[in-house]
Amino acid sequence: MSTAETPTEMPLCEQAPGENPICENPVEQFLRTDRMPHIWCPGCGIGTTVNCFARALLKTGLDLRKVVVVSGIGCTGRVAGYVKLDSFHTTHGRAIPFATGLKLANPELTVVVYSGDGDLTSIGGNHLIHAARRNLDLKVICVNNLTYSMTGGQAAATTPEDSITTTSPYGAFEPAMNIPHLVAAAGATFVARWTTFHVAQTMKAMQRMLTRRGFSFLEVISPCPTLYQRRNQMGDGLDTMKHYKEVSVSNNNANLAEIGMTKSGQITVGNFLEIERPDYLEAMRAQLRNRLQERYIEVGGAPCQN
Amino acid sequence: MHADPTGVLTGTHFLNGDQACCEGALAGGARFSAGYPITPSTEIVERFSKRIPTIGGVFIQMEDELAASIAIQGAVWAGAKAFTVTSGPGFSLMMEHIGLAAMTETPCVFVDVQRGGPSTGLPTLPAQGDMMQARFGSHGDYPCIALCPSSPQECFTLMVRAMNLAEEFRTPVFLMMDEVVGHMTERVQIPPAETIAVTPRKLTDKAPGEFRPYEDSEDLVPPMAHAGEGYQFHVTGLTHDERGYPSMTPATQAKLIRRLREKITRGMDRITQVEEDNVDGAEVVVVSYGITMRVAQRAIKLARAEGIAVGGMRLVTVWPFPEERIHALAGRVRALVIPELNMGQVALEVERCARGATQVIPVPHAGATVHDPQQILDAIRKGAGR
Repeated sequence: MSTAETPTEMPLCEQAPGENPICENPVEQFLRTDRMPHIWCPGCGIGTTVNCFARALLKTGLDLRKVVVVSGIGCTGRVAGYVKLDSFHTTHGRAIPFATGLKLANPELTVVVYSGDGDLTSIGGNHLIHAARRNLDLKVICVNNLTYSMTGGQAAATTPEDSITTTSPYGAFEPAMNIPHLVAAAGATFVARWTTFHVAQTMKAMQRMLTRRGFSFLEVISPCPTLYQRRNQMGDGLDTMKHYKEVSVSNNNANLAEIGMTKSGQITVGNFLEIERPDYLEAMRAQLRNRLQERYIEVGGAPCQN
Repeated sequence: MHADPTGVLTGTHFLNGDQACCEGALAGGARFSAGYPITPSTEIVERFSKRIPTIGGVFIQMEDELAASIAIQGAVWAGAKAFTVTSGPGFSLMMEHIGLAAMTETPCVFVDVQRGGPSTGLPTLPAQGDMMQARFGSHGDYPCIALCPSSPQECFTLMVRAMNLAEEFRTPVFLMMDEVVGHMTERVQIPPAETIAVTPRKLTDKAPGEFRPYEDSEDLVPPMAHAGEGYQFHVTGLTHDERGYPSMTPATQAKLIRRLREKITRGMDRITQVEEDNVDGAEVVVVSYGITMRVAQRAIKLARAEGIAVGGMRLVTVWPFPEERIHALAGRVRALVIPELNMGQVALEVERCARGATQVIPVPHAGATVHDPQQILDAIRKGAGR
């Protein structure tokens, strides 16, 4: 069983005696506060992941002018709109290929793809596979709430068997997609899964992704109390945290073939995979330099001006 | 400004339309392309993939056309000029991202080397059946610009122009080629770089914090910023306000959709390119575009030999449609003859713009080959009352 860890390095409010007790949340600087309130429901886990992301960014000390967030469509797709970074809210399933163009045209950028399970694994599944295969330096954060939430809670490729959704009213019977297994097989060089209960681990995984090179993938299992948990009598957001705490087993060496999500069974979490192999740009440059010698003009960080 | 000489292959060449189109893209400043192979467009990116590493840029072959058509938009927001190429089935797949480019005002070029359709149709044979798809293919109301080259030389010059128009109006631009023009090999002259005008991207001069990505501007084309420059801006395919933030009100929708439309209609004079041949005093005028106008030349010549006063009007830009030009012409002639390699798409527009002022005679063709000039000649005779 994993144990609860909370980030101790960064208290929500640092207050010296006698100081004004009203202080800013350290996460606020990463948010477009002029867009609040956000659209996410009470108990939703997406905000928790954004909190982790902001704290991870803070810890990495990355130049925020060079960090870009790309989202697709759906509840998690709205993350791009709330983070105070260059951000792109693209089309359903296509955040990864948009991010591919961004990264290749300006390799200086740290490109984060932040989207949901339906967006990244179903309609966008092909792009996920190929970006992993290329080991393109993208940091993909997939919030998996096991259902299509924005449209009202339909069955997804990630919906565990026997789950009630609006389009599986008698219970889903397709096996849920095992995302870490898929992306690892496709060639990802960093693969992790945590739940929104595991905020410290989630933040650390994000921190690692942001500072390493290559295709990095994090799945965060997250509640949708309004649509998934309610219809499946799994309680509210807090009940889901208790459930995650109870059923999660941390195992970095898990056999990825065996960690598919079930409705109420064990959730295997961990930083499953981290390997080194040349990323897309390294491989491209090496190949072209080898073949073209001095005729090859390397693409730098400077964007074309005309 | 003029073209960057590193991308300009100045000289006289023997190229097919696809190859010339690639040279036009490079001269026009394209330094990024993402593509997915599809006949008869593939030679464009084959050449680009060979040329670009020695010029300084990137080609990536994506997993499908959906990916290719949005990867170019990511590249644009990172600072590159970018384009993609396809044919019918791929063009259908790209429709969603053509809408995205229109909505987010992302300057980029889509080249469609048209082949027979629908569906897989005729992969290696010509048609002009995607003209209405270019205009209305993606959902919602948006304007577009489409150019139709008639020769490999024009594949070069119009591709440069397409790249420039995309920047000037911040809109997706279509180069509507066809299989014949794409695979026909002719002399192509590429002028010196300093004589090729290239439109620079309209970038904001405001400081971060003051920049609003979709603010009002005189010409209705807001200046852009690129990712990574500290502006921390937001771009969305949702209906958005001047800050780029989603806004679901009727007022925001009306303002945005009207501006997208208006920026093109206001620029009509700068966009429209039409070639006229002996239109004054003509009883009949053949209105066409692309390869079909070249075929029509033969019919026009034969009709003139028969004593019919026949003129020609070639639509170099088909969208936005030169409505007033057609209307004015309709009032002066007995008939307009519209041959095209489809069952009558642009003919519908001509009929609408003629507003009953003259007889409109479509000369439809299902594709797979070009017209027999005799079919066009028969229509000219009919129009002239012979």
